Amino acid sequence: MNRNGFSDTGSTTLEVNDLHKSFDDLEVLKGVSMRAHEGDVVTMIGASGSGKSTFLRCINLLELPTSGEIKLKGEAVEFKNLKSGVLPSNKKQVQRFRSQLGMVFQSFNLWQHMTVMQNVIEGPVQVLGLSRAEATARAESILNRVGLWEKRDDYPAFMSGGQQQRAAIARALAMEPSVMLFDEPTSALDPELVGEVLKVIQSLAEEGRTMIMVTHEMKFARDVSTEVIYLHEGKIEEQGPPKQVFENPASDRCRKFVQAVH
Amino acid sequence: MVWDWLPEYLPRFMEGLWLTVQLLVISIVIGMTLAIPIGLVQVTGPRPLAWLAKGFCTVVRGTPLLIQLWLIYYGVGSLFPSIPGIRESFLWPYLRDAFPYAILAFSISVAGYEGEVMRGAFRGVPKGELEAARAIGMSPFQVLRRVWLPRAVQNVFPTLTGEFILTLKATPLAATITIYEAFGISSIVRQETYRIYEPLLFVAFLYICLSAILILLFRYLENKIPKRSA
Repeated sequence: MNRNGFSDTGSTTLEVNDLHKSFDDLEVLKGVSMRAHEGDVVTMIGASGSGKSTFLRCINLLELPTSGEIKLKGEAVEFKNLKSGVLPSNKKQVQRFRSQLGMVFQSFNLWQHMTVMQNVIEGPVQVLGLSRAEATARAESILNRVGLWEKRDDYPAFMSGGQQQRAAIARALAMEPSVMLFDEPTSALDPELVGEVLKVIQSLAEEGRTMIMVTHEMKFARDVSTEVIYLHEGKIEEQGPPKQVFENPASDRCRKFVQAVH
Repeated sequence: MVWDWLPEYLPRFMEGLWLTVQLLVISIVIGMTLAIPIGLVQVTGPRPLAWLAKGFCTVVRGTPLLIQLWLIYYGVGSLFPSIPGIRESFLWPYLRDAFPYAILAFSISVAGYEGEVMRGAFRGVPKGELEAARAIGMSPFQVLRRVWLPRAVQNVFPTLTGEFILTLKATPLAATITIYEAFGISSIVRQETYRIYEPLLFVAFLYICLSAILILLFRYLENKIPKRSA
């Protein structure tokens, strides 16, 4: 299987083709394509404003792309064309897609009126229709795994950033998503709390979860990724296995970027 | 001070107090039911509905409740008898009674004030939490029911408590449209016994008790919901 090429192997979990996104006159994404096979960890790197977070947010339609194609397990998001761009035409489909794309935000975004446990079972109960007992059993094993079992009845406001982010990862995991999306998961954390979150993400990568991650943690990207994409001004400038992108990039700009951040 | 009238009038005060409680609770329930969409559309749009809601709040908050009450009772109320056949219809007993007009006026007032409070409350919920709800696959209605509304109410709970106390203390205005709630009864006592201050003191005491109960109730509810960010 060619992980980085575009040959169709049939096991493509997530596929994005020629994605464009404009905010008014500003074109943020100028035709970005990517593919993630089962178990791939694709990391997007690039300077602020390169469009990497916007790209991630377009995948689960928190931002609406101006044009392009998004396919999850071979099923494309249904769009209808408008003058100003595209609009998803099947709301139920969008909700189903989102439930299969586990999003982890930079600022955690835990629901502050719910305990950790309530945060984690909310999606499975409300969206997937699990019984409270099933969802709780599922949540218990996940919370154990991210080391928050003791904190399950705490409210997010009383937890550290690292704990909140681990809880947010648990919330996403509880949906048993096909793909995890990480939007700069450690950027809002105090330096000493970054490690505990990266450890959890690494363990997810090691168990073969499909993940798309936007990050500034270059060493981490190098260690866990199967593929690294360097975005510059809304275009893919460099793409390949971490070894190639970090050690021997074809693009000068990419070389400078990874050297500067290192 | 002379209190010998009290035992005789106490049962009527209790009836009046019960009417006050009914007026307050029903108006708050109806008013808040309206206030939620009135606050929400001002944040979400569509524009014309947002303007309509904003206009409603401005008019209600910009005019005295007493005038609203009189316009509804004497104004709207006097239009109904001119409708042919209405005196024979099943609606007439309600239309003839002052209480439904008071409910209407107080509900509108609560809707106007609390609609404005809810607008700020909805706007104050962090966007990220709403995004997280959408990202997990919730429908717009689920986002509202599970995250947006509870978070909004949590933020303004102390404000709402104060607003409801103010509404309680506005209820004596209903006495001006022939509703013998607690304050109305004290007027009856004054007319029949020529005692002026004792009935007023007594009814003031009743309102203090009611306020205290309301505050304790809401404090209990407030403690049931988690604190805001530490």
